[in-house]
Amino acid sequence: MNTEKNIKTLIVKKPLKLDCGKTINNFPVAFETYGSLNENKDNAILVFHALTGDQFVTGLNPITKKDGWWSFAVGPDKAIDTNKYFVICSNVIGGCMGSYGPSHKDPETQKTFGTDFPVITINDMVNAQYNLLEHFGINKLFAITGGSMGGMQVLQFITNFPDKAKTVIPIATTSSHSAQNIAFNELGRQAITADSNWKDGNYETNNTNPGKGLAVARMAAHITYLSKKGLQEKFGRKLQEREDLKFGFDADFQIESYLRYQGSVFVDRFDANSYLYITRAMDYFDLVKQFNGNLSDAFKKTKAKFFVISFTSDWLYPTQENKDIVIALNSIGADVGFVEIVSDKGHDSFLLDVPDFLNALKNFLDKSYTELKNEK
Amino acid sequence: MKNEFKVISDLIEDNKKALDVGCADGTLMQYLKENKNINVRGLEISKEKVQECIAKGLTVIEGNAEKDLKQFPDKSFDYVVLSQTLQAFLSPELVLDELLRVGKKAIVTIPNFGNWKVRLHLLFKGTMPITKSLPEQWHSTPNLHMCTIKDFVNFIKSKEIKMIKTLALNNNNVSNITNNNLGTKNLFADLGIFLIEK
Repeated sequence: MNTEKNIKTLIVKKPLKLDCGKTINNFPVAFETYGSLNENKDNAILVFHALTGDQFVTGLNPITKKDGWWSFAVGPDKAIDTNKYFVICSNVIGGCMGSYGPSHKDPETQKTFGTDFPVITINDMVNAQYNLLEHFGINKLFAITGGSMGGMQVLQFITNFPDKAKTVIPIATTSSHSAQNIAFNELGRQAITADSNWKDGNYETNNTNPGKGLAVARMAAHITYLSKKGLQEKFGRKLQEREDLKFGFDADFQIESYLRYQGSVFVDRFDANSYLYITRAMDYFDLVKQFNGNLSDAFKKTKAKFFVISFTSDWLYPTQENKDIVIALNSIGADVGFVEIVSDKGHDSFLLDVPDFLNALKNFLDKSYTELKNEK
Repeated sequence: MKNEFKVISDLIEDNKKALDVGCADGTLMQYLKENKNINVRGLEISKEKVQECIAKGLTVIEGNAEKDLKQFPDKSFDYVVLSQTLQAFLSPELVLDELLRVGKKAIVTIPNFGNWKVRLHLLFKGTMPITKSLPEQWHSTPNLHMCTIKDFVNFIKSKEIKMIKTLALNNNNVSNITNNNLGTKNLFADLGIFLIEK
């Protein structure tokens, strides 16, 4: 799945103790950067990707040959302006775009890990990515940001490394994965493992591909990223290249055809086992429990400036869950701003061309950066 | 910047922490931040206004004073400011209590319904008064609980809230309100400005 030549990797020599108890070392973290790091090394922004994202944030993704997942937000003169800022993004461990994951070989047995890869957590992901700061000699990041699972990593990162970021922007996220979200993830995992080609995770050695299961997982998840209103407006009951219903089980409706397409292109770029691992990491994420029920304690040590953003039609990570983060920060007098953006585009809003969102993100970053410069 | 904001900022000591409840486009916040080195936060219900504040680099939380003040701990701000909005809440008393819980001091301003122009409007025209500080028709006004300066003073006294400073603003003239001149101020002031604590 990986075309190695286009992937930059940092080999982390230091052992990393995972939450599951196992320790990994000499493992690769694949990353990409955009823009340039200035002399003071104070213009770096670490972006964290969501479930199916990767390090290729913007521009042409060299592997998929499609636009990077956050092309609307990141680039020259965009909200995260790469003329000004140095953007770093790395593939999460457990992923399938070059970072250590289930499609890698177990150094001991020389066999592909599959489900023998250790179960990883959001905490493990950010601890692995922290090595990039040392790699670039960055003492303090100007900003950390990300949406959805990227937002979870943002929250975990500032908890683990409270003085390593000046500004913190969690977007469309949660501090504790909800039962509903665990349920949807379980649906996806069951679709994959029910595919007879999954072979208990050993599909590579068996030369099979659980593409059908992975496609169904993607289709189900894709629905949760949209809103009812958005779907209705875009597709309604429109038929797919036909005058009338065909009285069969082919894709009569445009929405069916759309979902099938989304499923089929996904399996070309994503690994089924990685999907299991990463959704598990999301389900295990509970920053509230990590701090014995008091989320505020997670942020007690940081002086960072927070800006939380949610979307009106996001029912997967609804405004209230984002507001809970704001409330926890306010209760300890942290510097926190919050805005809920009006959008019909559902959870996916943060990835799309939503001007109010992109303007707010740009204004917050640029004003904060000017302030940082004036302090000096 | 309107004169009211100048009067409010004069009541705030430099280098303190303040919350502007209903901060609108952040004009007062920006002034306090730039001229008095105030660590200032805003709470604002309008999404458009929140965006304007962000564009100015101000820390603002989108929210509603009646629901969202409760997230702030007791006495977490030196000052809490509420400019000309107390009358627009369903329960002004609860909001006032919250302001004084969250802030060590509160600065509350109210448009004076006792102003002579208001009184004459109702007396002679027989319709609900419309003035510079009360520009809306009765059916579209956000104001649910109009009061006069005298009403507010009585209310504060009945709640055993301490009035540190009470000012009347009439056009651009600022003057102190005392027990002796309350009747006159209640007739001529456009706005009452109160620095209070509990």
